[in-house]
Amino acid sequence: MTPNAAQQFPLTSDHRCPIRPSPATRLRPSTAILVVPLRHLHRNGIPKVSLEGISLSYKTNDGSQLLALDNIDLKVKPGEFLCIVGPSGCGKSTLLHLIAGLQPATSGKVLIDDKQVEGTGTDRILIFQELGLFPWLTVGQNVEFGMKMRGISKAERNQQTDYYLRLVHLAQFKDSYTHQLSGGMRQRVALARALASEPDVLLMDEPFAALDAQTRDLLHDELERIWSETGRTIIFVTHNVREAVRLGDRVALFSFRPGRIKREFVIDLPRPRQLEDVTVAKSAREILNELREEINKSLEEQYGYEAVR
Amino acid sequence: MKRFAKHAVFYSLLVGLWIILAKLKVWPPYVFPTPQGVLDSMWAGFADHSFWIAIAVSMKRMLLGYSLSVVLGMVLGLGVASNKFLEETMGGLLVSLQSLPSICWLPLAVLWFGLTEKAILFVVVMGSLLSVTIAMETGRQQMPKIYGMAGRNLGARGFKLFWYVLLPASLPYILSGLKQGWAFAWRSLISGEMIFVSLGLGQLLMMGRDLNDMSQVIAVMILIIAIGYLVDGLAFKTIERRLQRKWGLAPAT
Repeated sequence: MTPNAAQQFPLTSDHRCPIRPSPATRLRPSTAILVVPLRHLHRNGIPKVSLEGISLSYKTNDGSQLLALDNIDLKVKPGEFLCIVGPSGCGKSTLLHLIAGLQPATSGKVLIDDKQVEGTGTDRILIFQELGLFPWLTVGQNVEFGMKMRGISKAERNQQTDYYLRLVHLAQFKDSYTHQLSGGMRQRVALARALASEPDVLLMDEPFAALDAQTRDLLHDELERIWSETGRTIIFVTHNVREAVRLGDRVALFSFRPGRIKREFVIDLPRPRQLEDVTVAKSAREILNELREEINKSLEEQYGYEAVR
Repeated sequence: MKRFAKHAVFYSLLVGLWIILAKLKVWPPYVFPTPQGVLDSMWAGFADHSFWIAIAVSMKRMLLGYSLSVVLGMVLGLGVASNKFLEETMGGLLVSLQSLPSICWLPLAVLWFGLTEKAILFVVVMGSLLSVTIAMETGRQQMPKIYGMAGRNLGARGFKLFWYVLLPASLPYILSGLKQGWAFAWRSLISGEMIFVSLGLGQLLMMGRDLNDMSQVIAVMILIIAIGYLVDGLAFKTIERRLQRKWGLAPAT
């Protein structure tokens, strides 16, 4: 790595750095209809999400133990947008499932606001790669599902559903079924459904991987806008480094088997960013060089050859 | 319309053949009735209310027995599907039990419950319970896991998770099993009613035999087919079609 590059992407050896106030570069909040309550946003110094020594191993079909995640320590500040990149099969999606509480870790702790959590909780909502929208419900019913489970009254549910559907520009599709929507629109439904549960932490698992470029660009803008309007903490998993740099305040690079955090990069580029920005491309190149080693490792393991540079 | 025309031609040919055979008097009328005789029997049966009563009694037993087996079957099926030990042990037992014709439960039921409604109900339940259970079990396994995870992720637990997520998510996968369960229950009910006499369509059928009234026998048989078709071909088909439309699985029409 050239010294110049090192300066550009300072390695955060200690990510317990004090919390920055909401970055000045953030978009100005648009005229939101409702003020969304945020739990513990400004408790100084306490990370929103904190992973301590998370490891996961499981038995493979031939009976050997496979270490999927190895001793992961990670801290995410309130309101931070963290992106996780890594080669496929490095366990980054699994990590989101662990944080969401859908699956227990072999060892280690997940803390939200310094309190250990176990099992699922609506303070952390995961948007699945396959979305998992309910096809037997309308768009509106999908969005209000989480509130219904929490026993919120129908009137309030209606109001909130309308609000979140407007937030993702889908108000006129409230009574459609999800199969009637395009891929990008379904993404928005999933986003609205997740936000309607009013989670402090939004976990996103390669949500835009299957979209065409135009739709993805649009959703990047929208996600950035919604993030700055609602002030959620976002952990965003992707295999696309450009995407990670375009969206994230920080990018954590995962190594391949066992999954470890190989390096972290602080992305200090001004917002709003664009995928085509030269600065974004330059930062992405730097991370990609590191990532390539891991991809090669994974290819070697899976197919027995090394990718050509 | 073309389909309807085909059906019309086919059935008129069938009835025509029947009329000719009956007119030729190859067999005596008490062995081979005329269509007119069957129609008369049908008319008479509805006119003196005996058919209506039989239908009402049979349908009541059906509804009771079938709903019971649907509820039991869902609980059992879910239990088996969510427990590895049960799945490996009881799964096989369920499949092997299904090879037992449900009417074989009648002697047992009569000894347990006597010649009562309960005995008939027991046979109906045993007839459809296994189909529903197996359907629920396989449906639960075929259903994409993502729905359960998404439900839990959004805060659904326990009964709410079952009622609002797992059940609707598995419906397309268990519907054919529910349909099969209905058909089995219907068969079990009619056989049960034939053997042990009490009101109902099965008994009406046996009464025709006792009276040497072939026309009535055929009339009741047609009635049984018609009811079976109505429920299966219309009720279940409608549910199926509506479900497919809602899920976006419907073939383009």
